Amino acid sequence: MNLAVMRERLDYQSLLLGVVVMVTCALLALAYQLTREPIQQALADDMRQSFSQVLPDHLYDNDLLDHAGQIEAPWGSLTYYQASLAGDISAVVFPMQASGYAGKIEMLVAIKANGELSGVRVLVHQETPGLGDKIEVARDPWITYFTGKSLHNPLPTGWAVKKDGGEFDQFTGATITPRAIVAEIKRALLFFEAEQPTLLYPVRLPDAVGSVTAQQGVEEHD
Amino acid sequence: MTDYRRLAQDGLWSNNMVFAQMLALCPVMAVTSTATNGLGMGLATLFVLLGANMIISTLRHFISPAIRIPVYIVIIATLVTLTDMLINAFAYELYKVLGLFIALIVVNCAILGRAEAFASKNTLWDSIVDSLMMGIGLTWALVIIGGVREVIGSGTLFANAHLLLGAPFAFLEITVIPDYRGFLIMVLPPGGFIAVGFLLVAKRWIDRRVEQRKRRPVSLPEPVSQSSS
Repeated sequence: MNLAVMRERLDYQSLLLGVVVMVTCALLALAYQLTREPIQQALADDMRQSFSQVLPDHLYDNDLLDHAGQIEAPWGSLTYYQASLAGDISAVVFPMQASGYAGKIEMLVAIKANGELSGVRVLVHQETPGLGDKIEVARDPWITYFTGKSLHNPLPTGWAVKKDGGEFDQFTGATITPRAIVAEIKRALLFFEAEQPTLLYPVRLPDAVGSVTAQQGVEEHD
Repeated sequence: MTDYRRLAQDGLWSNNMVFAQMLALCPVMAVTSTATNGLGMGLATLFVLLGANMIISTLRHFISPAIRIPVYIVIIATLVTLTDMLINAFAYELYKVLGLFIALIVVNCAILGRAEAFASKNTLWDSIVDSLMMGIGLTWALVIIGGVREVIGSGTLFANAHLLLGAPFAFLEITVIPDYRGFLIMVLPPGGFIAVGFLLVAKRWIDRRVEQRKRRPVSLPEPVSQSSS
């Protein structure tokens, strides 16, 4: 039959649309299967890369992705990652979310077992380019000033930007962004202090004997 | 016989997607804060445009006019999703830069426009040439807009090019103005409109100069008429 006549028929049109959708769906399903593994791999590599930025190499020798735990935080369920060195828990890494000037600021906060910050990095944000984006380590060293700080240094009242009477610098023209980040780091530190026993208890016991080592990491000095 | 010179001239200059058809402005404003981003977006769009033109041109006799738009959209959306998945899987660093904007290619009416205005009426080979010329035309337009905004806004050119093209192309990364304090508005979306506006002025000015010079010997042929969405 003539194609030009066929094209006008309703059943032909429905069939064509159905076939096109089926073929494209099959293609997408195939592509999804093929790319799922590499995408997960890329995400995992990216996480490991981020971890290595907040934790110095000499502080851990495990794969943090294999040592993830779940805990209920006041702001919702939280996944945390334990870093350990020779079986002792040396630090805990939290993904945190601050409410910035233009949406969520996703960051990683790593706290050593003694309560000191090992490092903080911003992973994703939508802050104003040129003003709020100084929170990226690639643009400004500001975020590295948190390394070594704890709830004792400065004391909790000092955990604010200078404009609010605290100890941390804000940026010229951008106060909301640093304020949100300082508050979020303080929240992580307070949460760590409150939940320390749980957070420092190994989520996965080492294969070898000696699971009591978890307590050795706790050296609070207050 | 198809006039390939005409196709090339249309795609690259006289009927350029951005500077003449004024299509694709949504991704243009969103992505072109740097020349590298413009290049990445241009190449991704070129890939989708080529695929869409090829498929639609091959199937053009089978697609009923009554349902052509949904068929085109399904095909284009599939290609964009495939591109998105492939970049995510095999060029993750680039995905972190461009990821948000790749989905925007679906709503880029320029691609639907080419399918409707060209691929649905022309042979496979002509459609391939057309999509390449239109895609390259779009890419250079995005690179130029991105370059202008980047130099004025941040004082650099092709920053992060190694993420897109690999380490060997790191030499493209130039700091044009050292110790530049930045000109924020050019990086933000309004800067996109300003840059496009001035570049349009420049293109019209060049066109007029060319026309004046050619007027005496013989008048320039009219460009191929376009009906695009």
